[in-house]
Amino acid sequence: MRRSDPIKLAAAGLIWGAAALAQAGPSRVVSLNVCTDQLAWLVADPGQILSVSPLGHDPRSAALADALRAIPASDGSAETVALMQPDLVVAGSYTARATVQMLERIGIRVERFAPARSLDDARANLIRMGDLLGHADRAAALANAFDARLAELTDAPETRPVVAYYLPFNETASGEGLAGGILHAAGMTPISEALGLAGGDRLPLERLVLAQPDLILVGPAYDSPAQATDLLAHPVLAATGPLHRIASSAAWICGTPATLDAIAAMRDLRRDWEAHQ
Amino acid sequence: MRPLPLATALGALVIALLAASLSIGYAPIPLGALFGAGDALHVMVMQQIRLPRSALAALVGAALGLSGAAMQGYLRNPLAEPGLIGVSGSAALGAVIALQTGLAGVYGMALPLMALLFAAGAVGLILLLAGPRGGSLTLILAGIAVSALAGALTSLTLNLSSNPYATFEIVFWMMGSVADRSLDHLALAAPLVAVGSAALLTTGRGLDALTLGEDAAEALGISLIRLRLSLLLGTAAAVGAATAVAGAVGFVGLVVPHLLRPVCGARPSRLLWASALGGAAMVLSADIAVRLILPDRDLKLGVVMAILGAPLFLHLIYRTRRAA
Repeated sequence: MRRSDPIKLAAAGLIWGAAALAQAGPSRVVSLNVCTDQLAWLVADPGQILSVSPLGHDPRSAALADALRAIPASDGSAETVALMQPDLVVAGSYTARATVQMLERIGIRVERFAPARSLDDARANLIRMGDLLGHADRAAALANAFDARLAELTDAPETRPVVAYYLPFNETASGEGLAGGILHAAGMTPISEALGLAGGDRLPLERLVLAQPDLILVGPAYDSPAQATDLLAHPVLAATGPLHRIASSAAWICGTPATLDAIAAMRDLRRDWEAHQ
Repeated sequence: MRPLPLATALGALVIALLAASLSIGYAPIPLGALFGAGDALHVMVMQQIRLPRSALAALVGAALGLSGAAMQGYLRNPLAEPGLIGVSGSAALGAVIALQTGLAGVYGMALPLMALLFAAGAVGLILLLAGPRGGSLTLILAGIAVSALAGALTSLTLNLSSNPYATFEIVFWMMGSVADRSLDHLALAAPLVAVGSAALLTTGRGLDALTLGEDAAEALGISLIRLRLSLLLGTAAAVGAATAVAGAVGFVGLVVPHLLRPVCGARPSRLLWASALGGAAMVLSADIAVRLILPDRDLKLGVVMAILGAPLFLHLIYRTRRAA
């Protein structure tokens, strides 16, 4: 009995040590998607993320681009990622599918994140990222702060203006996606609901103008031209009157605590609109 | 058919199609809104969204129909068509370069002028390669090469853009569309299309004489050099400016002269203006079709034109082969 005690103790120590390591989570994380870049950065330790996606460095796409610039961006190819020897890869469920499948085939653990389609999704993704990276406590604190600020931002307006957030390719924010969630939370009605558009339906320019929305929102201009984005500068949009250019659309793309900044901006815009009625 | 009834019939067709094109949309808007009558919202939609679309469809069609008829008359080959021999594709490349280098942002007219320059390069190259008689094989082979190169360089230029949406527009430049174009686009293209068309219409007498052969034409006092120059600059200006704002719409210059040749007799001069009117009617119809078939999907004009034009093209190749 006595002689076996130290062995038992050592075994127990080993098990405890392994449990502690598991608690610390993976130490070499690679992110392949602009949204997982930001979620991971929010909960990770410094140095825990080896690389982010190139869009993570682009302030048009990532609200946290300034912070993410401290982490190198990878080209996202399977070869580059494999050579970094990550113990966890986080990716979007629709982006870089071939890369992700290749990484799984060579035995690298990949966790996929579906894009947030609502504010609840955004919160759930944050919690899941915290669990995966071994920082559940940080994620929980962020989620609580998220809830508190969202409750503070939400009010019950008497009239909800019909808002057309007009996107490249004649698309418009649908009521079901994250942008719809932002507009709802800010006390607005997306035009897709007012017109009964299904998700993915296009909104031709003529139909938009004829629907006479209370507000038309367009994202920031790009430096180089493309018809998909030039459409947003069509003279008829300015002629309709209620046109607003959003300074940055990055907060609208991924469900993160920065999404609340978009809600705050939209709530201010709605109050401004109410004041002018 | 005699010229006056033909012109009246084609003119009436174009006007009817213009009215139909202006009437199609998400709300029934009376045509009076075009002249500022009625509801202010309707006037805005009519003048700023529907008018540029319909007018551009007619303008682009006229430019392509006329250029096709002129090139076929000069080369005496029914297969010569701006889209097929790479003139439209080269014009699109010029336009894309003007846009992506920022030249068009500095000086608006740079857009159609660059398209003109590249189109002129393509016409010049084709005339040089095909020679005065325009052998079918050389013409088509040169066309394939020029089109392929222009298309590849267009894709390359758009792929290099810092705007992630630019690559999606490759389809537009290769298939063409007049959807959501503004009055600014119309104002950019119209003057050059008008100048080019005027130059092409002056070639009528020369093309008529050329049907008797080059020696006979020269004996009749036709300067072949001047004829070639008018053809080159006219086609480059008309096709270049049209393509710069609407992308490369294929087959118009092939289908329209082919349909109108029987009613014009063996008179290239008559076929010129008839093809301009016919081309306008053709592209207006195609644009009405894309809006009626899939109103919310932004179908490209080139899709409809290729479905109509490609079988005819195959038929013409078959006939040319039998004749040889």
